Amino acid sequence: MTVTPLGIPRRLLEFTLDGEPVRAPEGSTILDACRAAGKDVPTLCEGDTLTPKNACRVCVVEVEGSRTLVPACSRRAEPGMQVRTGTERARHSRKVVLELLASSVDLSTTPRVAEWLKEYEAKPDRFGPDAARVNEEPKVDNDLYVRDYDKCILCYKCVDACGDQWQNTFAISVAGRGFDARIAVEHDAPLTDSACVYCGNCIEVCPTGALSFKSEFDMRAAGTWDESRQTRTTTVCAYCGVGCNLTLHVQDNEIVKVTSPHDNPVTHGNLCIKGRFGYQHVQNRD
Amino acid sequence: MDLHFGDSKPTDEERAAVDALLGPPESSWEGADRSAADLRWARGGREARDRRDLLLPGLHALNDRVGWISEGALDYLCRRLTVPPAEAYGVATFYAMFSVRPRPATVLHVCTDLACTAAGAAALCAGVEARLGPGGGVQVERSPCLGLCERAPAALVIRAGVGPARWASADEAVGADGADGADGVSGRTVLGAGGGPFRSDGAGRDGDTGRPGRDIPRATAVCAPAAVDATVSAATAPENAPAEPPPAAAVPQAGDPALMLLHRIGTTDPASLDDYRANGGYTALRRAFALGPAGVIREVTDSGLLGRGGAAFPTGRKWQATASQPDHPHYLVCNADESEPGTFKDRVLMEGDPYALVEAMTIAAYATGAHRGHLYLRGEYPRALHRMEHAIGRARARGLLGDDILGQGYSFDIEIRRGAGAYICGEETALFNSIEGRRGEPRSKPPFPVEKGLFGKPTVENNVETLVNVLPILTMGAPAYAAIGTERSTGPKLFCVSGSVTRPGVYELPFGATLGELLTLAGVRDNLRAVLLGGAAGGFVRPDELDLPLTFEGTREAGTTLGSGVVMAFDDTVPLPRLLLRIAEFFRDESCGQCVPCRVGTVRQEEALRRIVDRTGADAAGDVALLREVGRAMRDASICGLGQTAWNAVESAIDRLGAYE
Repeated sequence: MTVTPLGIPRRLLEFTLDGEPVRAPEGSTILDACRAAGKDVPTLCEGDTLTPKNACRVCVVEVEGSRTLVPACSRRAEPGMQVRTGTERARHSRKVVLELLASSVDLSTTPRVAEWLKEYEAKPDRFGPDAARVNEEPKVDNDLYVRDYDKCILCYKCVDACGDQWQNTFAISVAGRGFDARIAVEHDAPLTDSACVYCGNCIEVCPTGALSFKSEFDMRAAGTWDESRQTRTTTVCAYCGVGCNLTLHVQDNEIVKVTSPHDNPVTHGNLCIKGRFGYQHVQNRD
Repeated sequence: MDLHFGDSKPTDEERAAVDALLGPPESSWEGADRSAADLRWARGGREARDRRDLLLPGLHALNDRVGWISEGALDYLCRRLTVPPAEAYGVATFYAMFSVRPRPATVLHVCTDLACTAAGAAALCAGVEARLGPGGGVQVERSPCLGLCERAPAALVIRAGVGPARWASADEAVGADGADGADGVSGRTVLGAGGGPFRSDGAGRDGDTGRPGRDIPRATAVCAPAAVDATVSAATAPENAPAEPPPAAAVPQAGDPALMLLHRIGTTDPASLDDYRANGGYTALRRAFALGPAGVIREVTDSGLLGRGGAAFPTGRKWQATASQPDHPHYLVCNADESEPGTFKDRVLMEGDPYALVEAMTIAAYATGAHRGHLYLRGEYPRALHRMEHAIGRARARGLLGDDILGQGYSFDIEIRRGAGAYICGEETALFNSIEGRRGEPRSKPPFPVEKGLFGKPTVENNVETLVNVLPILTMGAPAYAAIGTERSTGPKLFCVSGSVTRPGVYELPFGATLGELLTLAGVRDNLRAVLLGGAAGGFVRPDELDLPLTFEGTREAGTTLGSGVVMAFDDTVPLPRLLLRIAEFFRDESCGQCVPCRVGTVRQEEALRRIVDRTGADAAGDVALLREVGRAMRDASICGLGQTAWNAVESAIDRLGAYE
């Protein structure tokens, strides 16, 4: 089938992870080494197909000699480094970060977050009932996808995927500053007045469900969304000769969402509007 | 890059503002009317995209001329620079001085920060708002520190547009002496005021002529100390506002021959290059050329000079690291985005001795192998901007900047970039992003600026005061310089003293002087309750800690910080919890929003401080504990120094001053 490029062989670096000597290929991040060693470091803004932005700070670890904690997702491993992932200091910051996020945005559709809140004994309620929230209404301005920024943690992944890392459309950016910063198109206009080409690659990378297919959004609103009843079938897009992989999420014999495998060596999970949203003909029963 | 533009069109005025900066568009690809030739070839590509760094100057051009940035104007600017409108919108909404909604041409920024609040900013705001009201043609905005703490309370008027008195703007007027008698704003006698020997307005104009597009079509006026009447009249007619007192008024020691950094302020005409040279100017650069780049770096390293912007990094090491990078070109950046509440030393240096900075930047660039320097100057400093533009213009005209400086075959030039109201842009990597036309968000380090800085190239970035220190190092030699101060903090240091003192201003003392000596010099008033060192990112100390040595190591050992040299005294009439709340509001407003601990943590910190503003003891204990937890996470996990220090002052007030007990 496809040939996966192996690249130039990389030298192995030796450093210490939680007291254990580990070896990681040169250029790998602390997070890569943690995952290779089977350690579960939580991540939110990290994306397997994107340059680490290290904005969420939930993956922080302690590195000997560093004044502050360092983000595991972006810091490259160095020889002789002494990294500790589970110290009280690191766990405290992760806990507070989770509390800060959970008290300001809706994390109900963020995978694994409930598990982490429990693991780190985070109590988002302790900031009181008056704690400021992002308080955004879902933006439903087109038939394909919905932007519910009440769920947005400002991980910048959609901006990066839309911009120079993948799509080069540059339809969205972070606008405003501080707690008032939001993802927006120019002049905060509806999506239909923007440069958006509806490739949906932002949905593909969104870690919280703030960006979702209109079909998923409507089914969730109606209470009919049920992932346990869904099947996933990976196939090849039939529209053009590129041959992108599509994963069709099907519930009750209806396609409800389309994703694409991130490990595809050609497209890395990216699609165009046809592959992402052009599936209605499949289920046209007329 | 296939850009999408909406249907909004710029007005003639907006188009003119952008064209004045960028020149007329060459083709319809850049926004001109379509011609037959445009159908046959496309312009753009990398060459067009490489002008992204003109985005911020372009936004300034629009804001100066029109007062706000409309959809059509932003789209036109984007077309000219091949910038995606969404990204430009993100940049425009990042800065506090820009508005993407219509607003009156005149904006009055009233400082409500620490020194000004203690000096009655609340009453000033209320008085001004009552008189100007909504619909009065003036937008009143509460502003973070305007860097005029020695003359608190302060207000800054900025009126967009080319008015009837086109060039009689306050930018020129500020340089003029006199008017102090008529200065109803200033009720006190200040050193140097009234007798200022300089008239710089004429010289200022000649420096500005012949460069269309560089002129700023706006009027500004500074009111400090601001009374309601004078502020209202300045806001109504900024071009007729009384002149500011001369820079020497901010230097109580002016004229003291022992001064090393401030000796020219009040004795040398800041507009006159000849006067500067007659008073020791350009001897350091000659010495630098005699020593060669490596020799200069050796001198600076041996002098023990530490960065004065707050981080106290050894300057010589930074220069060496940049100079030795194989990647080229190298850049020099001077960080004059002085925004730490309570800091105004760089403003006074630039207003009072601008050529010193030009010379020092030339030396730094020569030593590190840079041929282009950027001076990133705070947007709220109209007089410093004017003085620096003038000084750079004169130096260029006399061959002290340009292709062949002093006949040495070395080329260097300086470009000024104006900030637009963002404290975070004082962070070194956020400043790079700001210059590059991106949102002023800090980058993650490593890589460090000496390796990948401005435009991804090796960059040395220094604070104004740090650079100015290089002049005495070269003229007196490293050993003599290193003999000043203490072993680990060498040389003289500038302190910005404000608050409850009779003689506020910039003081120059050798490192090692005690806090008590400095406060005595400034005439500290009775009933001292607390002293804030280092500004909002610094920490409070008690009145019984006045024997604290003012050195980097001394303050560190005492568990506090020298920061950028802020020394703000508060007497017992100022309610401490209100001060802390103001500090928390400052950080909430100024957080860029990139990382979670800072974006949300600063909000939670402000909420908790608001809850306990009138509480003490057990009633406050729960929120104090919460503050500690959030503060610790901000310090440990934030990307940059803003979030890492956002809890410092509050923590010190709780632990050292016993606030809320």
